[in-house]
Amino acid sequence: MATQTAATAVAPAPEAKGTSTRTIALAIVGLLILLAAPFVIYPVFVMKVLCFALFAAAFNLLLGYVGLLSFGHAAFFGGAAYICAYSIKAWNFPPEIAILAGTLFAAALGAVIGYLAIRRQGIYFAMITLALSQMFFFVCLQAPFTGGEDGIQGVPRGKLLGFIDLGDSLAMYYFVAAVFLFGFLAIWRIVNSPFGNILKAIRENEQRAISLGYRVDHYKLGAFVISAALTGLAGAVKAIVFQLASLTDVGWQMSGEVILMTLLGGIGTLVGPVAGAALVVSLENYLATSSFPVPVVIGTIFVACVLMFRRGIVGEINAFLDRKK
Amino acid sequence: MTEPLLEVKGLQAWYGESHVLHGVDLTVHKGETVTLLGRNGAGKTTTLKSIIGVIRKRQGQISLKGTNILPLPLHHVAKRGLGYVPEERGIFASLDVHENLMLPPKVAEGGFSLDEIYTLFPNLAERRRSQGTKLSGGEQQMLAIARILRTGADVLLLDEPTEGLAPVIVQRIGDVIRALKEKGMTILLVEQNFRFARRVADRFYVMEDGHMIDSFRADELAGRMDSLHETLGL
Repeated sequence: MATQTAATAVAPAPEAKGTSTRTIALAIVGLLILLAAPFVIYPVFVMKVLCFALFAAAFNLLLGYVGLLSFGHAAFFGGAAYICAYSIKAWNFPPEIAILAGTLFAAALGAVIGYLAIRRQGIYFAMITLALSQMFFFVCLQAPFTGGEDGIQGVPRGKLLGFIDLGDSLAMYYFVAAVFLFGFLAIWRIVNSPFGNILKAIRENEQRAISLGYRVDHYKLGAFVISAALTGLAGAVKAIVFQLASLTDVGWQMSGEVILMTLLGGIGTLVGPVAGAALVVSLENYLATSSFPVPVVIGTIFVACVLMFRRGIVGEINAFLDRKK
Repeated sequence: MTEPLLEVKGLQAWYGESHVLHGVDLTVHKGETVTLLGRNGAGKTTTLKSIIGVIRKRQGQISLKGTNILPLPLHHVAKRGLGYVPEERGIFASLDVHENLMLPPKVAEGGFSLDEIYTLFPNLAERRRSQGTKLSGGEQQMLAIARILRTGADVLLLDEPTEGLAPVIVQRIGDVIRALKEKGMTILLVEQNFRFARRVADRFYVMEDGHMIDSFRADELAGRMDSLHETLGL
């Protein structure tokens, strides 16, 4: 129908209902990997993956479950990173309060941008979010407190709750893992709640949801703000991990990157964006030191994925397993 | 006769620049089943869509329980107790039967409980964990009706509920509508299947080219058969 957005053109494979044994087994394996990862892989790299995985999962809440393709999510990611970094550096906020401040800022910014954008669908929605996020980019470029091209550097990690020294990379890692788990479980709960079902109904047939009596704009705005807040959470934590907030975090390329991660992993699947983020961050990380041109390699993978695996990695695996049932 | 539950006066509607409804009048009283008859393109579905508000470019008066609902946005109309089951059924494919039934907001007291729904539609009880996409056409139609019954809507607008269904399923849908009538539900039905319509309706309206050209009670049907043969091509 006319009100369908770009997301529904690549309809996600419906996920299995309930909590199956397979899901529980996968959750336990995932948790074990999360706990063991810093002893096997460089912790800062895994932390980067987790921050971007949360970013992509939050973005997917909007794209995969409401069908809204935002091209401006970098504003929430980078905005929260700036607020978090500045409040630590200038006001000596403890990390947990700085992260909260960044998250709340992203939610507020999400409420403003979402309020203006949700009245339009499809490409118009995407363009409005892009335009507003570019305005925010310009503010970040010009505002004195952001440090312009240099960004805010050397952000102290501080002590979590006053006694856990985040300067220790293992402590920092487990804090990031806990934040990721919190964000991921929040998204899982939302998607499997009555609110989540209404979002899916809006994605599938907005007109029908309205004629059932739902004021869909409120639900879309709610989902937009939640997505922005969780994106902000990821951005704020990332600022502490890397001790840096910069223009890269608010640029349109960052918005494009999270779309890429979500599409590669699988729209409308919970684990897909996590897999997509891991793939893209790994490629960027490991190809950076090689002679391969990273954007070309990622672009080629993206084109191959769109042509051959439109459901994304996890979407294709889910579809394969469903066929085997 | 009591005050009509739903009253439409001089309803006109447009698809873009095309003027498709030309002053439609109809009334539906509490507990009645009223059927709109007419050939393809007569304006029956457009009338329902204009009443619920899916078509926004319209003029006239639409009163539900004495309140003019024409200026209200679509979601408000639904909350005032007008339940609409579209021709394409509008089942949410990614949700299962149970989730589809749990989805609608309650607009008034008197909505059917899940037990009542599963008693009325035993097929749905058997398939409560099936995805919307995996239901047959008949099951989808039953789910679409059941979903509206959950809301407690006062008036049901059913758009061609038998479209594309096997005769045995059509009979089942007819049984359901009669059961709803016995419960006192008010129904405005659009139907091309005349045999089906005459089984369930108390009154008929006949439409042609966006005009209401005739109306009569079920007990007057025998005397109208010749003109209906001509109008509907029966």
